[in-house]
Amino acid sequence: MDIRLVFILVLATFLGFELISKVPSQLHTPLMSGSNAISGITIVGALLSLVGSFSVEGNVMRIILGTMAVTFATINVVGGYLVTDRMLRMFVKKEKK
Amino acid sequence: MPSLSPDLQNLLYIIASVFFVFGIKMLGKPESARNGNAVSALGMLIAIITALLSEQIIHWQWIVVGLAAGSIIGALAARLVAMTAMPEMVALFNGFGGIASLLVGWAEFQKIYSAGGLMSASYYQIFIILLTVLIGGVTFSGSLIAWGKLSGTVPSRPIQYRGQRIVNGILVLLIIGFFIVLTGRLDFTGLENYTHFVVIAALALLFGVLFVIPIGGGDMPVVISLLNSYSGMAACAAGFVINNNVLIVSGALVGSSGIILTTIMCKAMNRSLTNVLFSGFGSVSASAQGEGFQGEAKAISVDDAYYVLEAAKNILIVPGYGMAVAQAQHAVQELATLLEKNDAEVNFAIHPVAGRMPGHMNVLLAEANVPYEKLKEMDDVNPQIGNVDVAVVIGANDVVNPAARTVESSPIYGMPVINVDKARTVIVLKRSLNPGFAGIDNPLFFNENTRMLFGDAKATVQGLVAEFKN
Repeated sequence: MDIRLVFILVLATFLGFELISKVPSQLHTPLMSGSNAISGITIVGALLSLVGSFSVEGNVMRIILGTMAVTFATINVVGGYLVTDRMLRMFVKKEKK
Repeated sequence: MPSLSPDLQNLLYIIASVFFVFGIKMLGKPESARNGNAVSALGMLIAIITALLSEQIIHWQWIVVGLAAGSIIGALAARLVAMTAMPEMVALFNGFGGIASLLVGWAEFQKIYSAGGLMSASYYQIFIILLTVLIGGVTFSGSLIAWGKLSGTVPSRPIQYRGQRIVNGILVLLIIGFFIVLTGRLDFTGLENYTHFVVIAALALLFGVLFVIPIGGGDMPVVISLLNSYSGMAACAAGFVINNNVLIVSGALVGSSGIILTTIMCKAMNRSLTNVLFSGFGSVSASAQGEGFQGEAKAISVDDAYYVLEAAKNILIVPGYGMAVAQAQHAVQELATLLEKNDAEVNFAIHPVAGRMPGHMNVLLAEANVPYEKLKEMDDVNPQIGNVDVAVVIGANDVVNPAARTVESSPIYGMPVINVDKARTVIVLKRSLNPGFAGIDNPLFFNENTRMLFGDAKATVQGLVAEFKN
């Protein structure tokens, strides 16, 4: 096990707490759906399970799992960012008035 | 196409992580929020491209299928969802993130399994794969139930049964048992091991269901925030599985932001997280509280309410989940504009847990073009509430319940509420006198200065709008 990964985890968690702690309640929903889109980062893991050269024989299950993972993660990413943008567009529109 | 060197990949992943950090930071301020979201999306694009260039790709057709199907579904869902349905949409996306992490863990397990002993796994590797499957599974099924409760597919009242804690306890022990047994093995050639693995995944899914069903609809802001955090943790665990720092960094960011939102929501209800998760809040029947509040509620007609509002100079509108259900936000905005034309000062008071997710009311009112400055937070409103001529409560109940201040035996005693009862007059728009989700009587309805305006919130508000236009 690579201990440096734990190091990264701890630092990133603290960073997360620092970044979010002072968000006005008006932005709670966009913040939540925006961070939800970021959790779609698991798409990288999904893609990595499908790249590389391996044969189809004996790996059918792996391809099925990988394709499903890519699909779900993509819904999370694309849907998450677009819906957040749609909400924030409504907020911004009013700022200009 | 030549694949990127590992150093270059890591460099690009770090750049993506920086984009996420800046993106979240910018999301926290109204002026920069939209750009922040775009910055974070750009980080995601960099990460995806890096992953695609990391190795030679043979099975590109499957990648294209996954990306295309996901993009189409995601884009359609994001475009078509009604703003009032936003909580369930967020819950559903959370769940998809969770299942994706579960599948990443499973695919990795599959890789080791298919290698048939040729590929050695470490205890740590198996442990972390199982952890990913566990968190991802709970996130997925828990989110599906939350989605069901929010959209009305599943009854939103807390579902409790005798021996619930024992069942949950046994389930946890089973999961731990299988976990230890499977982690203790390094050879995964046998079908038995594979079955064990699938059983753990199934138990994780079952646990997610059992974890959310006893929680009432009104507590969903806490649950969604918590599941949001879990989806981050699942991605984080998947990052340990595939040794990838960008997953760990962004997963941790989401994990911690979800925890913060969860804490804020719990504080706004003056309850601990344990209480929200395990108490089955809202299943308490009204009789359990003893006396109940007797008295006569004074009803008011739309006509009379119009005269009251017409004479008022300082009006406070307090929206709640009922406004979302009735889709009344546009009508409410129209009414607010007319009241302002009538020389009244109109403000909106937003309770942190009004609605079904953090910030729910703000999103709805923003959709209806209510200016951002008109939305006041509870703590800013309460000190000046004595100056308010008329407080109009639209589909809110527990968040304006004065019993939270005065009745020690009330289940919500101690919860910070918007003190509308201190306004000169209160008009409550409500469908009936039924208590809210928590089944808690609201003495506000029987107060001397309260008038009940019964009916569907949207129809009622439209009625008021029509009166003003005449």
